[in-house]
Amino acid sequence: MKRNLVQVDAVMVLILVLLVVQIWLFSATLDSYLAGHRTVALPAAIVSLLLFGACGGLLGFLKRGSDRQD
Amino acid sequence: MSSLWKEDFSVQAGEDRYVQRRQFTKFLVLTSFGMFVGQCWILAKSLLHRGRTFPSQVVARTGEIPIGGVKLFRYPDPEDPCILVRISEDRFAAYSQKCTHLSCAVYYSAESRRLVCPCHDGFFSVEDGSMLQGPPPRPLPAVILDRRGDELIAIGMEPAE
Repeated sequence: MKRNLVQVDAVMVLILVLLVVQIWLFSATLDSYLAGHRTVALPAAIVSLLLFGACGGLLGFLKRGSDRQD
Repeated sequence: MSSLWKEDFSVQAGEDRYVQRRQFTKFLVLTSFGMFVGQCWILAKSLLHRGRTFPSQVVARTGEIPIGGVKLFRYPDPEDPCILVRISEDRFAAYSQKCTHLSCAVYYSAESRRLVCPCHDGFFSVEDGSMLQGPPPRPLPAVILDRRGDELIAIGMEPAE
């Protein structure tokens, strides 16, 4: 159980870091969109998708670990 | 003796903590998905605006505004308030009237020759709409004016909203 807790804590912290980057990216993109710079929207959306994919991958990793325990 | 309560209340604190944190992690991933959806929304808005055209609209006649005077109008849509300022004899400037901070209506101060947002003391240059002071993060969007005879005609926005 202790190992599981360490694992979920580690994944949670990693996802939290990725989420902070994603929130920053969203606010920066919104700011530049409102300033009339529309070309950043596509690369920002791609990077956001990658970050979401990484978060989903980490959650999947956690789920696989949990299933293995069961 | 100290662990007597554990026999009475068979709470598996470790498992409980594990489930709580896993649930919280799922919530974080859901938030991440929300951020991605937000980015897609910005992208969609950007693509929709790419082909936007602005109407031509007569804003004022040069003779109807004195030097230092203003005229309010709406452009490009009826819900977009704008302000036209006569800076000098032959110089006019028009901007969106919505402050880029929290969308309060800006007004022209003839004494300071600046556009002022009264809500949070934001100041913009009347020459180019750039922010001079206060919390506004961006310049005011400018209305592109075309002068035809004594008519001032709005033909677009810079940057396009």
